[in-house]
Amino acid sequence: MNYLLNIVIALPLVAFLLALLLPRNQPGIIRVFALAASIVIFLISLGLIAPFWFHTPHGWSFETDLNWIASPRIHYHVAIDGVSLWLILLTTLLTPICVLLSWRYISKRHKEFYAFLLLLEFGLIGVFCSIDLFLFYVFWEISLVPMYFLIGVWGYDRRIYAAVKFFLYTMAGSVLMLAAIIFLYNAAGGTFDYMEIMRRLQGGRLGLSSESQLLLFLAFFIAFAIKVPLFPLHTWLPDAHVEAPTAGSVMLASVMLKMGTYGILRFCLPMFPNAAHQCADWIVTLAIIGIIYGALVAMVQPNMKKLVAYSSVSHLGFVVLGLFTFTQAGMDGAVYQMLNHGISTGALFLLVGFLNERRHSLEISAYGGVATPAPGLSKAFMITMLASVGLPTLNNFVGEFLVLQGAALTNFRWAVFAAIGVILSACYMLWLYQRVFFGRATDDLKHHMPDLNAREWACILPLIVMMVWMGCFSQSFMPPITTSTSGILAQTAAMTEMHVRTLKPATRPVMQVATGAWVDGRPR
Amino acid sequence: MNASYMPPLADYIRVLPELILTVAGTLIMLLEVTLGKRGRGIPGYLSLLALLAAAWGSVVAFTVGGPAFGGLLIVDGYASFFRILVIGVGVLAILQSFQYLNRERSNCGEYYALILFSIAGQCVMATANELIMVFIGLEISSIATYVLADFLRDDRRNNESSIKYFLLGSFATAFLLYGIAWIYGATATTSLPAIRAALETGRVSITLASVAAALMFVGFAFKVSAVPFQIWAPDVYQGAPAPVAGFMSAGPKAAAFAVFVRVFITAFDPLVNRWEPFVWGSALLTMIVGNFAALTQTNIKRMLAYSSIAHAGYIMVAIAAHSEIGIAAVMFYLAAYAFMQVGAFAVISYFSRQGERYVNVDDLAGLGWRQPVIAALFTILLLSFIGVPLTAGFFGKFYIFKAALDANLVWLAVIGLLNSAVAAYYYLRILVVMYFREPGEASESVAPPTFGIQLALGASVAGTLVLGIYPSLLLNFATYSSQLGR
Repeated sequence: MNYLLNIVIALPLVAFLLALLLPRNQPGIIRVFALAASIVIFLISLGLIAPFWFHTPHGWSFETDLNWIASPRIHYHVAIDGVSLWLILLTTLLTPICVLLSWRYISKRHKEFYAFLLLLEFGLIGVFCSIDLFLFYVFWEISLVPMYFLIGVWGYDRRIYAAVKFFLYTMAGSVLMLAAIIFLYNAAGGTFDYMEIMRRLQGGRLGLSSESQLLLFLAFFIAFAIKVPLFPLHTWLPDAHVEAPTAGSVMLASVMLKMGTYGILRFCLPMFPNAAHQCADWIVTLAIIGIIYGALVAMVQPNMKKLVAYSSVSHLGFVVLGLFTFTQAGMDGAVYQMLNHGISTGALFLLVGFLNERRHSLEISAYGGVATPAPGLSKAFMITMLASVGLPTLNNFVGEFLVLQGAALTNFRWAVFAAIGVILSACYMLWLYQRVFFGRATDDLKHHMPDLNAREWACILPLIVMMVWMGCFSQSFMPPITTSTSGILAQTAAMTEMHVRTLKPATRPVMQVATGAWVDGRPR
Repeated sequence: MNASYMPPLADYIRVLPELILTVAGTLIMLLEVTLGKRGRGIPGYLSLLALLAAAWGSVVAFTVGGPAFGGLLIVDGYASFFRILVIGVGVLAILQSFQYLNRERSNCGEYYALILFSIAGQCVMATANELIMVFIGLEISSIATYVLADFLRDDRRNNESSIKYFLLGSFATAFLLYGIAWIYGATATTSLPAIRAALETGRVSITLASVAAALMFVGFAFKVSAVPFQIWAPDVYQGAPAPVAGFMSAGPKAAAFAVFVRVFITAFDPLVNRWEPFVWGSALLTMIVGNFAALTQTNIKRMLAYSSIAHAGYIMVAIAAHSEIGIAAVMFYLAAYAFMQVGAFAVISYFSRQGERYVNVDDLAGLGWRQPVIAALFTILLLSFIGVPLTAGFFGKFYIFKAALDANLVWLAVIGLLNSAVAAYYYLRILVVMYFREPGEASESVAPPTFGIQLALGASVAGTLVLGIYPSLLLNFATYSSQLGR
């Protein structure tokens, strides 16, 4: 049973290698193979839910710990908790959808395209379940390479600029993280193992001076913040999104951005709690600027993909805000919002891709009245758009509500400013919908706008089902998340408490969190 | 030691690789005369055989390791590592030379003999435990390489490359020799352990010894192309025939680093506080100059020359760490670097065509779709240069920066790592051209690679991946032999 996770990690790699062996001139075989492989991987990955089904285990499931390199001590150590579980499932769900949506869109170099998609899946799954920091870094970098090629080879006009910018931004951040990882290895007495480092931190065997804790925190945080992306490190994102092929945009927005927020949640907060509390005000300020700035910039975009890209900056701001409220509600909301954003923004990119395949334009002004010739597409877009706006009964509402609740508990002003972002998101999304789907359709547009076909429905329907399911029955997903985040929160709080006495008196709200007063989401 | 001294038999076994290489090199030159036109291929295969025999000889020599010829040479793990490394570089270089030399109608025995002599010199450098032997090894290696750089003697770029390399190289060697003279004057010995012992007594003038160390530093810094003595490298690599450029940017460089580390860690260890800041500063500047200059290059050989300067900078970081982990990191990195560099030059040897017409980065346009296998292998090498995990280049950098952080050189490590992010840009440019551009004239007209190129490139990539996935294979031995003398 413990091998299930290893199988889920290994299968995309095996599929990638097999895909490379397929004949180059038979796109049909390659597509079918990629689809079959990714669906099989998804079905197998569903088995990961089993231990979380009836009661949620505290701690880790599916743990495997094997020696990889003796010196320095590097292990192949993987395991999942409630947060990793859903992010892995998000990855495995979106990969077959990406294969399916590229069916007609990719017209050249099929073999390499689907191979890179599978390699990307391998890297992403690895990132979400690595316990060994070194292994985490390895997967982190591996996922960079296929995305670079996806943007660079199959992207639009400015793809080369976008691909290189994407690679260099991430690389610059991740080398700092590598330095921090090595430093931590030495400080921890020779281990990259996250669990072991946490045990040593809690047992007081690994003491970091407040200065080095701050530097380590920043080194990790900058790497993650570039990936999230947090304002003002976001400038690579619109370029990468706009130039990437649809499948690339979907994977980038839905899963790759979560690598950053996942990293913050998993590593930055529990390992360096003092520094996290110390920087929280600054980071939250940047997150709120990102929320409002992203929404405002999205509003004036003439290009649909750019609009969705900037809306991502805004939505990811919510996630960062939720994490740095240090409340149960905020963290739950942040994790839930990661999944929501993955589903709904993925769906938005997918639908924009469908529009683009029909009309060969991403400019909003090229559309108008699409609802007349393509009612199915319009309905799908409407549900997705409303989900993205945060309409109750759809998924984003739950996440945003929890984040705002957490923010209000910590500092009411944060909640007020963040809520402005929710209102603005309704503005730009509804306006987009109005300009694209309402109004009078030109004959030219009617001619080139067939409704969704069966394949396209197969892409979008699972996502719409998920939007409704996650919006109405959040209890299907929440318990594993809450168990994991409460564990992380407890670690964050407990260690702050231990160190607070040796530091100069902290500000009041931090002390309250530190003593665990709000650990369960409401004041005691 | 009197005049009738007879070294024991074991001493000859300890220099088995050098003996094999010298004898084989001489034989090839003699055979060249007797073989007619039909026997043109023979010297090449013979040289490969000789290198394999020399590799075997290195292993045999290691089993009877220890000082040889009264301490002139020392056969320890460290020396054996570098012997096998430079021999491996020679094998890869010769494999990619067949096609190149046939194309240029210059496939003759001298070429292979010179490579064998050069490697013999590098083996002497790796084992030298005494400054005169250092000098002799360096000269044997360098003079053979000067000639190799001008091997196509009707090609003006070759002439320029060789004359520059020769003049500047001689100048640097003079510095080294002058340094040797100073230290002999100060300590009355040229043996490395004896110099150390003399310095440790405290009766030697520190100023005199420091001047000697500084002069020798200049000589070595030139040979490893460290700033500010790197100016020659781009011109020389650009002008030399591609396989030779690959050979001399890996083999002689590795040997020079080997002897650099041995002299400074063994003999000048008591002066560490004086030389370490210089190595530190030189490492920093070498990384920065190499990487930033490479950003703007259009000629791929020149770009790789600057990149090789940058890589020398990373290695200097590990030397600045001044620890056994640092030495192990130097060894690992040089092995990784040798695979990448010689492999990359194999692609250039293959792609450049007659007269090296296609050596611009833009000429590679669309190679990824015309020769997918070659391009994929080249991609792995480039990713290794960048330092992407699961390649040797990544672990090389990882060990170097870990050694630096262990030694509390935090800022040097951080700047080095940021440098490697800068470096990603120019390696990515090659990937961009290969995959994101439509095939150009040069890629359309390229013939499938010959077996020699396939073998050289395949072996380089296999080495890169094996060291990248399972680095312990090599690192354990490097760690074992990082304590010099074992």
